[in-house]
Amino acid sequence: MPPATKSSSTIGWMGIKRGHRARPFEWLVEKGIWLVSMSAIVLVGLIFIFIGRESLPIFLGTEDSSHSFKVIKPEAAVSTSPEELAAYLEMTPKEIAELDAATLKLLLEVKAEAASSAPTDKDASIDTTSWRYLLKPHQWTGYDKPEYIWQPIGEIHKYNIVPLIVGSLKVTVVGLAFAVPLALLAAIYVSQLASPRTKEWLKPGIELLSGIPSVVIGTFALLALATLLQSLFGYQTRLNALVAGIALGISVIPLVFSIAEDALTSVPRSYTQAALALGASKWQAAWQIVLPAAVPGVFSAVALGFGRAIGETMIVLMVTSASVMSWSVFDGARSITATIAAEMAEAVAGGHHYRMLFMLGALLFVVTFITNMVADIVIHRLKARLEGKA
Amino acid sequence: MNITTTISRMKHALLILCCLTQVALAQTKVTVKGSDTMVILAQKWAETYMASHKEVSIQVTGGGTGTGVAALQNNTTDLCNASRPLKAAEVLECVKAFKAKPAEHKVALDGLAVYVNSANPIKELTLAQLESIFTGKITNWKDVGGADGNITLYSRENSSGTYEFFKEHVLNKKDFAANAQTMPGTAAVLQAVAKDPAGIGYGGAAYGAGAKHLQIKKDASSNGVEPNEATVQSGEYPISRALFIYNNPGVEKGPIADYLAWIESDEGQKVVKDVGYFPLKK
Repeated sequence: MPPATKSSSTIGWMGIKRGHRARPFEWLVEKGIWLVSMSAIVLVGLIFIFIGRESLPIFLGTEDSSHSFKVIKPEAAVSTSPEELAAYLEMTPKEIAELDAATLKLLLEVKAEAASSAPTDKDASIDTTSWRYLLKPHQWTGYDKPEYIWQPIGEIHKYNIVPLIVGSLKVTVVGLAFAVPLALLAAIYVSQLASPRTKEWLKPGIELLSGIPSVVIGTFALLALATLLQSLFGYQTRLNALVAGIALGISVIPLVFSIAEDALTSVPRSYTQAALALGASKWQAAWQIVLPAAVPGVFSAVALGFGRAIGETMIVLMVTSASVMSWSVFDGARSITATIAAEMAEAVAGGHHYRMLFMLGALLFVVTFITNMVADIVIHRLKARLEGKA
Repeated sequence: MNITTTISRMKHALLILCCLTQVALAQTKVTVKGSDTMVILAQKWAETYMASHKEVSIQVTGGGTGTGVAALQNNTTDLCNASRPLKAAEVLECVKAFKAKPAEHKVALDGLAVYVNSANPIKELTLAQLESIFTGKITNWKDVGGADGNITLYSRENSSGTYEFFKEHVLNKKDFAANAQTMPGTAAVLQAVAKDPAGIGYGGAAYGAGAKHLQIKKDASSNGVEPNEATVQSGEYPISRALFIYNNPGVEKGPIADYLAWIESDEGQKVVKDVGYFPLKK
């Protein structure tokens, strides 16, 4: 990078000083544009704060999903202190004080009813939102061995997030394994080997793929691709991680292709010309000279593809969603994104299921953030090495 | 265009706007929110009712039973559709919000059908067999009298009332097998089962056409029962449920009370039949 041309004689208050001073109107417009661009950053920050706030009780371990509490009999309402009643009914003492006797009695009756319908098995007193139950297997009532279970609806809310993480990774890895080779080879062909006429229709053709809505890809995978792959491989579960991964791959190809193709094209033409002049074939020049020179760009293409794949919701949700704990691509999978999308609508706002889904959202945010950061660092290192600075 | 014409046009627009609001004010607005299962039914009710009662305007939205109850608590809806009875915890919140238990109206019946692929030779299953199949204890069709081959399970998203109902009444509150595919809707379950010879799934009887549904037996010694109006009304079909409307008893007067009475009348129950659910027993 060239050193920044910074000197007080050329740049000053309200932009460039050379020639005219900026007019007040221009100054206003400039500040307006600055505000607009800042708003994007502020918005991302606000979203993160919102997700963080909603999921904080899970991270701090203050959320409690256990069913154990002592029943206060409706007749005992008078003899119980307002503070105790408030804690019992999850209301503030002020609200309790404002209630008339009949309503209070009704509340206690309903609460006792809720308590009597609470489950009685040995797992009922477990706080399933604590980290031990989120990450480690547990032998629940009715199971013959410790297992990773995500079943948030039911008497005992089982929130083990490991099957979801495995599901997300499984589908993403299959998707990238399918998309990256195809997209890279296509990028090399289009940027290095194809004749200008072929390139003219091939490039927009591939980029057209990105215009297909993920719902359409999902439908196609659900109805056609699943049947095709099952008849090819003959596996048992028709809708599995392989189908979802390949459908995901289709949606990632145009992104990886575009960025990789740009990176390959921006390698100076003189590299290829020098290689050709030294007697290399077109293919050798592309593979051994241009591709290594474009590695940082290609790497960022793959990293962005990963981010897109792990964040994609619709395709995975439509094709497969079984929260099964298995690394096999021939089993189903349930991704984190699909879980949030499918379950958020019915989760009681502020309840532990709701908080759990926000925690998953925060997890996803952190994962993509770290991926992008690591990718950025690696790209800079690679660039520096290629430029001979390291 | 000069200024006077602009002003006169604005006056006209204002006048029209006033008239429109007048009309809107003259209409009583009733909002209905809740169960996704009941959206089609509720919309049809609203349409039919509004055709003969011009003074009432009924707005129906879905979102799920839980969402409807939350709206009822916040006073943002008049009626709450529910595909299951309210839980005690939800009733508690309602009591906190309006100092009375929500009024319950049973408005229709629904039978959950169990579907298999039409190539599957199985014709009937007992409730106990269904429980074992969906909890993953039985994984091969030959264990329930079918051909040798693994069973693929199709279930619903856990946000659906159908899922909860099936879990409570067929699985006896046990967990679904982890490898059960959760599908976004009954139609999706049906489609998946139609494509998968080893598949089994469940859903509202309203969508039953086009797939083979099984006869259900209460236990091994009883006869298989087909889900139809007579068996669902008599309670003979084992996997049936009632659909409810809940509301704040304090507002149940005037147009809202009229509307609820109409739903339970013959005319309202005819709509239930048209949509594909089962009318209440007379």
